Amino acid sequence: MPHDHPDHSHDADGLSPSGHPYRPDQDHKLTRWQAMEIAMRELLVEKGIVTAAEITATVEQMDRRSPADGAKVVARAWIDPDFKARLLENGTEAIREMGIEPGVLKLIAVENTPDVHNVVVCTLCSCYPRNLLGLPPDWYKQRAYRSRVVKTPRKVLAEFGLELPEKVQVRVHDSTADMRYLVVPGRPEGTDGLDEAALAGLVSRDAMIGVATARHP
Amino acid sequence: METDKIHRWHDMGGQPAGEINREEHDFALWEKRVDALQVLTSGKGYFTVDGLRRVLEDMGEEAFETMSYYERWVQSVNQNLLEAGVYTIAELAERMEQVQARGETYGECAGAGE
Repeated sequence: MPHDHPDHSHDADGLSPSGHPYRPDQDHKLTRWQAMEIAMRELLVEKGIVTAAEITATVEQMDRRSPADGAKVVARAWIDPDFKARLLENGTEAIREMGIEPGVLKLIAVENTPDVHNVVVCTLCSCYPRNLLGLPPDWYKQRAYRSRVVKTPRKVLAEFGLELPEKVQVRVHDSTADMRYLVVPGRPEGTDGLDEAALAGLVSRDAMIGVATARHP
Repeated sequence: METDKIHRWHDMGGQPAGEINREEHDFALWEKRVDALQVLTSGKGYFTVDGLRRVLEDMGEEAFETMSYYERWVQSVNQNLLEAGVYTIAELAERMEQVQARGETYGECAGAGE
């Protein structure tokens, strides 16, 4: 899903299909921590704790999950007021209804309105709605975002390019190990004629974290 | 970085901090495997998310500043599996030596049995 990157260019060599640099992997000198991962994995398989197939399947599931899953939930909420009511009432059950396995964690959906903007953080670690958005971006796990978004959210949002009028109340939601937040961004104006799939295409990962709004078509 | 003494280091909300670095990376295979091993072994009841976090938090601020996310995670998952008695530290050390003797790169050393 395309998004802006102030810090690197997308046309450089050595970038992945999603336009990001890879972390050092296969071709670099083995690190102690990589050796630990290999050793741990082999011991777990040999002792019958996990199978190689389970590991592969779990990595594949990780790769399949993306913000497109969350975007489908948001688009459904935009076109179906009853679904939106259920989503806001009990996010866990509502996403299960859409065929997304919520796991053991409670999902809380929070809706942006003309008067209220929501943004999500995990100040203590890196809790994130992975089943709806995939793995979190690096900045979500770093000190700068975790520390500052709860204290000066408007300034942080402005750094992401989101300038909110003073009249809009900002609510910052701090995740815990047992529950996750999803921001339901406001539906952009001029989208009455769009179908559900086209609407989902307007919903970025950052909009569902709350550091952006939905795109205009 | 200076923080007040009421909070443990990982309790970062509201503490002073610098600019947000918005550069992003895709995860390497070994990192995804660490994640998968965490999901699978905690899912099978060998430890809890609280156990994962306890080790990460006890690792301290220097580890947070100097090691990558999955470098810290692999240590925490390992520590929890050791505590659960899944394997011993001697077994781990022996296997890590064998792994490191297989070659120079992750690709060469992770090759066995795949």
